[in-house]
Amino acid sequence: MLLIRCPHCGPRNQDEFAYGGDATVKRPADPASASDSEWHAYIYVRDNPRGPHEELWHHAAGCRRWIRVRRDTLSHRILATGPVHGPLAEEEGR
Amino acid sequence: MNGQPFRNPSGGLIDRARPLSFTFNGRRHAGYAGDTLASALLANGVRLVARSFKYHRPRGIVGAGAEEPNALVQLREGAATEPDTRATQVELFDGLVAKSQNCWPSVGFDLGALAGLLASALPAGFYYKTFMWPASWWPTYEHHIRRIAGMGEAPRDRDPDRYDYRHAHCDVLVVGGGPAGLAAALAAGRTGARVILVDEGAALGGSLLGEQAVIDGRPALAWVEETVGALAAMPDVLLLRRATAFAYNDHDMLAIVERRFDHMASPPPFETRQRLWLVRAERVVLATGAIERPIVFAENDRPGVMLVSAARAYANRYAVRAGSRAVVFTNNDSAYGAALDLARAGIEVAAMVDVRPDGGEAARRARAAGIRVLAAHGVLAAHGGRSVEAVSVAPIDGTGRAAGRAERIDCDLVCLSGGWNPAIHLFSQSGGRARYEPAIAAFVPGTSVQAERSVGAARGSFALADALAEGLAAGATGAAEAGFGDGAVPPAPGIDRAVEAPMRPLWAVHGVGSKRAKRFVDFQNDVTAADIALAVREGYRSVEHVKRYTTLGMGTDQGKLGNIQGLAILSGLVGADIPAVGTTTFRPPYTPVAFGAIIGHATGADFDPVRRTPMYDWHVRRGAPFVNTGLWKRAQVFPRPGETVLETIGREARAVRTSVGFVDVSTLGKIDIQGGDAAELLDRLYINNWKKLAVGKARYGIMLREDGMVFDDGTTTRLAEDHFFMTTTTANAVRVMSMLEYVHQVHWPELEVHMTSVSEQWAGVAIAGPNARNVLSRLTSDIDVGNEALPYMGCAEGTVAGLPARVFRISFSGEMAYEVNVPSDYGAAIMDAIMAAGEPFDIIPYGTEALNVLRIEKGHFVVGPEADGRTTPDDLGLSGMVSKTKDFIGKRSLSRPALTDPERKQLVGLLTVDPGERIPRGAQIVEDPSHPLPCPMVGQVTSTCFSPNLGRSIALALVKRGRSRYGERLYAASPVAGRTVEVTVVHHVFIDPKGERLRV
Amino acid sequence: MVKYSIFSLLRNAVSNHENWPEAWRSPTPKPAYDVVIIGGGGHGLATAYYLAKEHGITNVAVIEKGYLGGGNTGRNTTIVRSNYILEANAHFYEFSLKLWEGLSADLNFNVMLSQRGVLNLAHTDADIDAHSRRGNAMRLNGIDAEFLNREQVKAFVPLLDCSENARYPIMGGLLQRRGGTARHDAVAWGYARAADARGVDIIQNCAVTGIRREGRRVVGVETERGFIAAKKVGIAVAGNSGVVAGMAGLRLPIETHVLQALVSEPVKPVLDCVVTSGAVHFYISQSDKGELVMGGDLDFCNSYAQRGNFPAIEHVIRSAVALFPSFSRLRMLRLWAGIMDMSMDGSPIISKTPLDNFYVNCGWCYGGFKATPGSGWMFAYTIAKDEPHPINAPLSLDRYISGRVYDEKGQGPTPWAH
Repeated sequence: MLLIRCPHCGPRNQDEFAYGGDATVKRPADPASASDSEWHAYIYVRDNPRGPHEELWHHAAGCRRWIRVRRDTLSHRILATGPVHGPLAEEEGR
Repeated sequence: MNGQPFRNPSGGLIDRARPLSFTFNGRRHAGYAGDTLASALLANGVRLVARSFKYHRPRGIVGAGAEEPNALVQLREGAATEPDTRATQVELFDGLVAKSQNCWPSVGFDLGALAGLLASALPAGFYYKTFMWPASWWPTYEHHIRRIAGMGEAPRDRDPDRYDYRHAHCDVLVVGGGPAGLAAALAAGRTGARVILVDEGAALGGSLLGEQAVIDGRPALAWVEETVGALAAMPDVLLLRRATAFAYNDHDMLAIVERRFDHMASPPPFETRQRLWLVRAERVVLATGAIERPIVFAENDRPGVMLVSAARAYANRYAVRAGSRAVVFTNNDSAYGAALDLARAGIEVAAMVDVRPDGGEAARRARAAGIRVLAAHGVLAAHGGRSVEAVSVAPIDGTGRAAGRAERIDCDLVCLSGGWNPAIHLFSQSGGRARYEPAIAAFVPGTSVQAERSVGAARGSFALADALAEGLAAGATGAAEAGFGDGAVPPAPGIDRAVEAPMRPLWAVHGVGSKRAKRFVDFQNDVTAADIALAVREGYRSVEHVKRYTTLGMGTDQGKLGNIQGLAILSGLVGADIPAVGTTTFRPPYTPVAFGAIIGHATGADFDPVRRTPMYDWHVRRGAPFVNTGLWKRAQVFPRPGETVLETIGREARAVRTSVGFVDVSTLGKIDIQGGDAAELLDRLYINNWKKLAVGKARYGIMLREDGMVFDDGTTTRLAEDHFFMTTTTANAVRVMSMLEYVHQVHWPELEVHMTSVSEQWAGVAIAGPNARNVLSRLTSDIDVGNEALPYMGCAEGTVAGLPARVFRISFSGEMAYEVNVPSDYGAAIMDAIMAAGEPFDIIPYGTEALNVLRIEKGHFVVGPEADGRTTPDDLGLSGMVSKTKDFIGKRSLSRPALTDPERKQLVGLLTVDPGERIPRGAQIVEDPSHPLPCPMVGQVTSTCFSPNLGRSIALALVKRGRSRYGERLYAASPVAGRTVEVTVVHHVFIDPKGERLRV
Repeated sequence: MVKYSIFSLLRNAVSNHENWPEAWRSPTPKPAYDVVIIGGGGHGLATAYYLAKEHGITNVAVIEKGYLGGGNTGRNTTIVRSNYILEANAHFYEFSLKLWEGLSADLNFNVMLSQRGVLNLAHTDADIDAHSRRGNAMRLNGIDAEFLNREQVKAFVPLLDCSENARYPIMGGLLQRRGGTARHDAVAWGYARAADARGVDIIQNCAVTGIRREGRRVVGVETERGFIAAKKVGIAVAGNSGVVAGMAGLRLPIETHVLQALVSEPVKPVLDCVVTSGAVHFYISQSDKGELVMGGDLDFCNSYAQRGNFPAIEHVIRSAVALFPSFSRLRMLRLWAGIMDMSMDGSPIISKTPLDNFYVNCGWCYGGFKATPGSGWMFAYTIAKDEPHPINAPLSLDRYISGRVYDEKGQGPTPWAH
């Protein structure tokens, strides 16, 4: 079970969190002017790296904040965590 | 009972003051406290204990611990029976009952052994090559294969025992209570760190329990006792005995099963049988020891063929002679000390067969003790049937081939030591890659990827002095890294270090003679060296292919003995070094773990938590049965004596249309939203406009997913300029809240708005029906419930029945209705008050069934059947709600080609052409039911009921171009129900299409 | 190819099985092929087999970075079924199931298709509606389906807890009798042997390191053993689809997630069919060897690790014991994980791509194993003809742009929810 450091609460077990997927997805500023293809990319196309991945987690059974986590999808090692909009703090250890 | 003929009169760690009686295969035997089932069987001279999986060969006890591949028994009886249980790890208790499995009629005379006669036609993977003709016979073949396979019998009844579950944190977790583990725990414990020491055995000491080592000039067990005493006295040290760390998960979370009372006939009252520990450790020390490995030769599976370490443990720890006359076959020094122990225990050591030309100092000492040592020799074959009777021994060359005349040596015990494999299972599970160490011809832990250290035999340091030194160092360092102590390593106790001669890798002896002789690599699955050769011959050369093709290592012992031999034999066949051929990754669990232990108490009715509304007890008092809605229990109906369920539903639904009823709606999601941008947030979420909603007014809203599909619906009320109260569906309460937080925190953090779930703060009850106002007016004096002061979609705050309340004039049933919210604690009180106030109007409570009937009559879609995640607002006939002037979640998706396709399915109503017929549930809509299959479908029935108010069957359906089909006749086909009904397409609102009843 | 049969087994028994030929060759890769398939799992090998068998294209290489069938082909719960409600899926999986039914004979390799029935439990009234709807769609699509009531379920699966006080009482179930299980490894090996016999080169232990493009055309693959030119390149690499497509500069609507499964120690027969429950996200069967094979949900976060975590396992076992209380004392023997190519609508992709001569086969979610024959057949067709067959035409990549997706569970573009 992962140990995720919530920037607001500290390290917590994975089961307090819900996964939110790719954190790099940006909602088009003006959806009406987005092409079908651009809109499709926003809805359906995600970063899916084999390695470090920027992702969102929701501290659902905690502070209810969405947070950003950089996690290696191959080793499950957590490299950095932080708020959704803000600097990530590097993690040591796990 | 007999006299335990193979038990020595003294010695061992058993408690002779506590004799025990047990039954094996129907015969009563005696043993002592401290015995395992295996040691007690051997003490009684029972050597044939099992039959093998495929050929049903007679098998005996090979090991003394977790590595045991053969001695699997059916332990206990009835509901508590446990198949496939390793006799070597069963602590004996009084009254224990066990029997051999996978044999008929008995383990001694097993008809299944006929398979052995066919063995030559049953090589590895034979089943891939046959049973194909005729194809229709395969189910019959398979039926018989299934009966022959399997091993023990599963219990048929509910587990009589209970289990529990604990989470724990510690600074240093030490796995293994042998010398290295004890040393590590001691060093860490002395710093004040929180230490957990886990050992699978009942007694701490590990390998020292079965050997006769000396530490600081005293018997090693004195050191063990002293160390355990010191640890037990430390307040922050937890010793877990009978506990197996079976899984090393991510981020240093280890799963441990503690077998609390398996050593008793049944757990004491109120106690759990086993406990699962999930331990998150700052640092982990793996002191899991090593497992001795056998050497492959012909007929090497005869009962009486055993690991040296096992025979030694039986002699030293249990005072049991595993045989009378032994041949010890080794490729390393460790067997010599064991042989001396065996001799001391009264077993005649007929010969030490050493594959090495020179056994060095150890061999000289054995000779000095009068033991015949045959250097550069090997055992070619074992002889015997249900027990080994002799071995053929011959000089061998460096590759394990016989290089001289064979000699037959009579013996009833053959002890094998092909070297030792560090138990790197947990290291491997932690994600670390093993490294091959040629000096010991074994895999050892490579670079760590998690916060663990392997010490002692687990990392290939087999000498006791090294184990202690490494343990102390790892304990001290681990504690220091976790913030305790300065890392200084305590001095190691004094150990005499013997000069060791190097081991010589030898995996298999290649005899001469019959090619039919079987040379087993994996005992449990009957995988032979020839099977591996066949796999390679056929192109299955990857180690994984060999495993899968031959089933090597796929038994319940997970190849603890056979995998490395298999790998080595494979490496010889393909002409590559062992490390180039590869290793197999060890996966959890280290040893099999009872399902019950993994789930703790979360079983039966406690499988998932139950959510109950504040009115739950009120419903119970009225005899309501409950239905599951997600985790919720909701009252289904409120039956009167003598009514059928259908009659109750009809009565409840009619009462709402004709007078008044009330229903618990507390399960709806409720979200309090406040802030200057609250209206802006709603505007971006809902498909309709919110900014102009007046204070004190409610509005119905629909949310989409970003892909344009309807996600959720509900009414939201503006309580103040900057304060809204949102309701969601029951099913999506959690998801909507998360979505709100997501869009706010991720997309639009600049919005000044806050939200909190208040689902459980409010109890909700809807009073619905033409008399709803009359009932409510009797309950409140400070809220004007008249149609002008509180019109449809209005909201008021005040008191109801003397309770603080919010009243919303909203309706799901289509009738005039008020939804009253009071603080949760008053849930039962408000129900009582409404019941009393409604008495003059014959008010009735109604349940989810009538609620559903009423909404179908009214044509309200719900999330699930109609809004199934594939429907747009337009599909549901709600395109009029969609704002043209603003963006909202999902809007852009609505203009994609597939979402504007005129062929899309649209929400319609259905009536049967024959009013007496019922529309089958889950029917598909077809235009021509006589069309040959596949028959095109134009839609599906989403919800159907018998409408008590219309007196006929009605349905909601999603039908292609549905709104253009009003009046058209179609068919509701239900092949699974065997019925097809002709239906007419109508508008989906069956009752009061203009919505007049709502507004009266 | 030496024909496998009881006669050849007996004949070889006389010679101690020392004369069996290789099931497939281990050729050195040629400099160029008509078609290169990346991925030597069931799907890739089946594709090569059907390219040769159905389209006469035999100058084909299957390139596998590890050993054949070492990915999800060897890491699943072996369930075979076609009980889908959406037409695109129903027609595809039924096509696949029909291929399964003749597969052992076609390949002359016993894949042990065991049509012992797949029973999908209904726990609520809403489940009964949903299962009836699905069963009716199946029947009208020409697929077998029956709805069993509680008593029939109890009789069909005696050890199921059908009592009222279960947390999720069983109210019935949708049974597809033609569903069941098959021997997973045998599928890869059978296809490999049959493809090899038709001239396909199977190249193991050869990782693809790049995909060479000339403009919009794909012209070959870079491998650990050098460049291999190809007139057409198809990928069938499951959880690695994003990584491999990325080598060609393509981003796919795929996320990679880990799915775990486990088996109990083997016991004599106690469960004679496949039981699944949507309400608790769980599926279980008993293998011919006697092990109870079970699985459940994903781990719910992107992963390429082929190792999962404990919560998902706990949930699987909780489900097993809730449905089968007597299994509580059986033991977990082995657990493993595979990396799933989760598509954005839960349905697969067998498709041409925006690049010429480059084809993708991915998005299998939980459904890859049962799809193996159909997937290979359709992918071979799509590659050979450079256009999809009518059955896989709906399963194309461009459906995500048009919005014509096949969201079987209605969960939207949340791949870990499918």
